[in-house]
Amino acid sequence: MAQAIRMALHYAETHLGVTDIFGEDVGPPLGGVFTCTQGLRTAWNSPLDERGIIGAAMGLAMAGSRPVAEIQFCDYVYNTIDLLKLAGNTLWSSNGQWNLPMVVMTPVGSGIRGSIYHSHSFDATMTHIPGWKTVMPSTPLDAYGLLLSACKEQNPVMFLIPKALMRVRGDEAIPGEPGDDKQLSKMIDAPLGDRSKWRPQWPELADASIPLGQAKVVRAGTQLTVVSYGRTMVLAKKAAETLAAEGLDAEVIDLRTLWPYDWPTLEASVRKTGRVLFLNEDTEVTNFGEHLARRVTEKLFYQLLAPPKVLAGKFVPGIGLADTLEAASVPQQHDVEQAMRALAAQQP
Amino acid sequence: MARETKKKPKPVKAFKPLVTRSTELPLEADTLRFMHETMVKARCLEERLIAMYKSGHGYFWIGGPGEEAFNVPLGMLIKKGQGPAFDFCHFHYRQSATLLAMGEAPLGAIRQMKNTVTDPYSGGRNFAGHFSKREWNVVPVSSPIEVQYSMVAGTALAQKRHGGDGISIVTGGDAGTAEGDFATCLVWTSRPGQELPVLIVVTNNRWGISTPYEQVQGVEKISDRGVAFGMRTKTIDGNDPISAYLELKEAFEYVRTERKPYLVEARVSRLYGHSSASGANFNTVEADCLSLFEARLDAHGVRSKAEAKALREQYTAEYAELARLAKEEPFPEGSSIWNHVFAGEAPKDPLAD
Repeated sequence: MAQAIRMALHYAETHLGVTDIFGEDVGPPLGGVFTCTQGLRTAWNSPLDERGIIGAAMGLAMAGSRPVAEIQFCDYVYNTIDLLKLAGNTLWSSNGQWNLPMVVMTPVGSGIRGSIYHSHSFDATMTHIPGWKTVMPSTPLDAYGLLLSACKEQNPVMFLIPKALMRVRGDEAIPGEPGDDKQLSKMIDAPLGDRSKWRPQWPELADASIPLGQAKVVRAGTQLTVVSYGRTMVLAKKAAETLAAEGLDAEVIDLRTLWPYDWPTLEASVRKTGRVLFLNEDTEVTNFGEHLARRVTEKLFYQLLAPPKVLAGKFVPGIGLADTLEAASVPQQHDVEQAMRALAAQQP
Repeated sequence: MARETKKKPKPVKAFKPLVTRSTELPLEADTLRFMHETMVKARCLEERLIAMYKSGHGYFWIGGPGEEAFNVPLGMLIKKGQGPAFDFCHFHYRQSATLLAMGEAPLGAIRQMKNTVTDPYSGGRNFAGHFSKREWNVVPVSSPIEVQYSMVAGTALAQKRHGGDGISIVTGGDAGTAEGDFATCLVWTSRPGQELPVLIVVTNNRWGISTPYEQVQGVEKISDRGVAFGMRTKTIDGNDPISAYLELKEAFEYVRTERKPYLVEARVSRLYGHSSASGANFNTVEADCLSLFEARLDAHGVRSKAEAKALREQYTAEYAELARLAKEEPFPEGSSIWNHVFAGEAPKDPLAD
């Protein structure tokens, strides 16, 4: 996925008018702590100052530039919350005068044993901030397509990258990507050691934008709906395949854009199955899945066969380093399967 | 918890005068008269806004009466227009005199006070003094203190890349410099080899609402904080419009041509308190830059006290009339809350279906 993001940013700086890709260690020689910004022409290193990063992105957008700013880990975005709020309300509070075409991308979630300050999720907090579009891919191709759309937006977009999937290879190729992984790596991954003379060889990429606000039915099913995004999306998909062998036919929806989200796809699915599980790994109190559960309950109450279920992270102050602590804090494969079985078993 | 040692609080002191005001008036008489008239307009406008607040025609007042001697020259030196070729203005909420000096009509501020649908800055959504004018690069003023100091590097970076002589100007008060955003501004504008064309302004009125400067600031001059970043700095007398104009002119020219930051600290008065939250009553202790300037203009035969008084009466009456006009205008429709949530998209309640 890191390569997909890099290729999308290359496409965006050469075709979509992106002028600045910046953040802590984003420019050469490192090209981002997850390598998402290696070899990009417009990438530069900012001071170690998240408020400065968000503020500069807002200023650049105001002056007609098109910035993509990175916060190195979402765990460090919290001291910028009022600037995010400001970016989200600038158009509204100026009664339509100032729109901010800017993208902020940040790695989120657990899965790399990142302990207390490299495992946070940010979807619950971000979806509390109006005026932003919030995106979270679960496959490299979606990351590529959604990031292109984010870079075309006239509004601020928060691009959440599930860090557990940063090194995952996609089933579907990005248009222009060579089929051979090693070949791609040779072309666009910076070498170890001295990189001062290295230049990437970009493949001939194409615009494969995925419109924001469109969910994807990853697996069609009839008995149960699972709505997820990011790392837990992968768990949902695998669980559905496992449970299919047990005779449980689950529909799996990848929300992809959290705001504005694709209500028609959700509604159609829940009307069909009558059972829905909202799955993510942010802490479960005032969780985004709770909003979705409320809407489903209010709008589709009489179509439901079981109460909507939210499976999310435990409401604890952090994710502990030890394997056992992380596993107990955020949904794991067996938790998802268990929740799906329990939901399927409930009868009105 | 350790008990605090009881100390007798020190009395709040006024700053020592920075410059002796020259007896000469080193500017053209027309410039001086324009300056004075704009200061009068700004004072009358703020006094009208306060009167509107006190008579129930607005919920909250905040503004900059007492800072006219600095804010008018600032506005006179701004290169107004839209886009990176022109100056970007990252103001705080005490800048009406600057807007008037740039040529803005006063009715907009009155409409914003009354939160009418005709408010040109926010359509009835925001407080008085929260200007926004895209055609002049006046970015939306917001209530959080100091956020503008984090944003200014972005516009300045775009301007430096664009070329030309457009600069970014950021203003705020002394109390707000305690926020980290002020440090952000100093760091981002002074990176070696990547300096940015930013005029960093701090108007120092010695107060943060009710907290005196001496309780908070360990530095004698806020401008000294810029010295550590290798930037040009100056503390100036913001109560003297002539010296403010000349000092600002030098600072503007430096930033425009050198494409590097310049930190100006202007010592100013706060004549009606922080905001309506502290009563908005006239402070008789602090220096009034307008009456001081009028005495000088009179002494030099540039404008008599009688003429100044007549101007004051004229604008007081004019703005009272504008306020009467605004009072008849409608408030925004409740359904308009969905307007401008996203650019380029039709207004809608996303949960209505």
